[in-house]
Amino acid sequence: MALPIKDELEIIKENENIEIELLLNAIFMKFGYDFRNYGKAHIKRRILHRKMVSGMNSISEMTHKMLYDPLFYQEILQDLSITVTEMFRDPSFYLSLRSEIAPLLKTYPFLKIWHAGCATGEEVYSMAILLKEEGLLKRTQIYATDFNQLALQKARAGIYPIDRIKEFTQNYQKSGGKSSFSDYYNARYDSVILNESLRENVVFADHNLVTDSVFGEMNMIICRNVMIYFDKELQNKVIKLFHDSLVPGGFLCLGSKESLRFAESSPRFESTFDKEKIYRKKFTV
Amino acid sequence: MHNYKAIVIGVSAGGLHALGQILPKLPADFPLPVIIVQHISPQSDNFMIRHFNSISKLAVKEADEKEEIVPGTIYFAPPNYHLIVENDFTFSLSVDERVNFSRPSIDVLFETAAEAYAETLIGIILTGANNDGSRGLKRIKDFGGFTIVQNPATSEVSAMPEAAIKIAKVDKILDLDKIADFLMRLT
Ligand SMILES: C[S@@+](CC[C@H](N)C(=O)[O-])C[C@H]1O[C@@H](n2cnc3c(N)ncnc32)[C@H](O)[C@@H]1O
Repeated sequence: MALPIKDELEIIKENENIEIELLLNAIFMKFGYDFRNYGKAHIKRRILHRKMVSGMNSISEMTHKMLYDPLFYQEILQDLSITVTEMFRDPSFYLSLRSEIAPLLKTYPFLKIWHAGCATGEEVYSMAILLKEEGLLKRTQIYATDFNQLALQKARAGIYPIDRIKEFTQNYQKSGGKSSFSDYYNARYDSVILNESLRENVVFADHNLVTDSVFGEMNMIICRNVMIYFDKELQNKVIKLFHDSLVPGGFLCLGSKESLRFAESSPRFESTFDKEKIYRKKFTV
Repeated sequence: MHNYKAIVIGVSAGGLHALGQILPKLPADFPLPVIIVQHISPQSDNFMIRHFNSISKLAVKEADEKEEIVPGTIYFAPPNYHLIVENDFTFSLSVDERVNFSRPSIDVLFETAAEAYAETLIGIILTGANNDGSRGLKRIKDFGGFTIVQNPATSEVSAMPEAAIKIAKVDKILDLDKIADFLMRLT
């Protein structure tokens, strides 16, 4: 009788997992990007996808090519960083920001807001629009960071395909938007460019949450749909980084499916707006 | 006697009715977790969860990221996220591109669950209007798992079961009202 197929698959699976570990180590040693504490199944799916589209025979072959071909490395980096995003994603989150958090922010003379993992910037411009409508934009400094340079370039440009505008407009309206969304952009052929004024107070910068350090004295940190890709250990570490970067009473906003459940620093946050995953750093320790 | 450890179900158009013929019939001591991708609009609230919780004997919930998968629980993929099973039998979520125009995608769940559970997995494709899930079902089969497809003739929309039957050499094609009983005998 032939060897049952499943044993063969077990061997492939075991070898692939070893090869992936080696690939991730090579990325870290060569380029300093550390994916070793990202969700394993997710990383594997992305790497196998790249292997398929690039027509390579093995993950080891990919590792080799990556070390010698910077363009191929860039492709892998893009694969491992999911930049899918939208304006006013989860409108109810923005609705809560407007109704519950903005009134508190208005008591501060000056605000510092950090978007960690801002991808191509849609979230940042959404925030800028909200702040503008709440009369807060002028007194706010926004730091928008990501470790993906290509994404940051797009974020800086603030140009998006016109076919996304319908979805963005609907989200904007559901998020409690006070004007007409079309006030915020100009259409040009098949894209729209967002108003310059929205990015006046925004600094876009390269920052890696795994390896870079604290960003001091923030009144609010928004890090949505980034930590779902991290394992518990890394989540824990990054939430501590956020805790250390916030002023007492500062807000931490997570994605709608994320929470502080596994973080050791979770007792140092209040979860007053738990439903929208908005947490507040306690005033006293 | 086979020692199955989990069931995954993929379903699209017609799912509310089809799942209604299966989930409520599973007894309170049903020994496996049931993990479901139901194609659903990105904005939907948790109607499905509340509905099935009220008519099922098992606890029904949305899968949380990093959550440990436990027996006797029915999990739904959250709208607008892919649901992934890790090798340590916990869930991960992802917002990456749609697969087969879907997020959550059945293929994503099935392929990762196949890898984690191998021959201890049961995969089921029910009614639906596209071909999401076929590749995943084949993957389950390749890993030695058990595959079931709803009889296209008893499916509200037959495209998805038909696509799955075409691609994966499925173990069982069953009428909708026979699936729950079959699962109870299998486990
Ligand atoms: C799915 S996007 C989230 C975009 C936006 N926050 C949202 O919720 O729509 C995830 C982003 O996190 C970034 N990212 C992943 N790991 C990172 C790290 N270690 N440091 C900084 N950014 C990271 C990715 O490059 C990607 O742009």
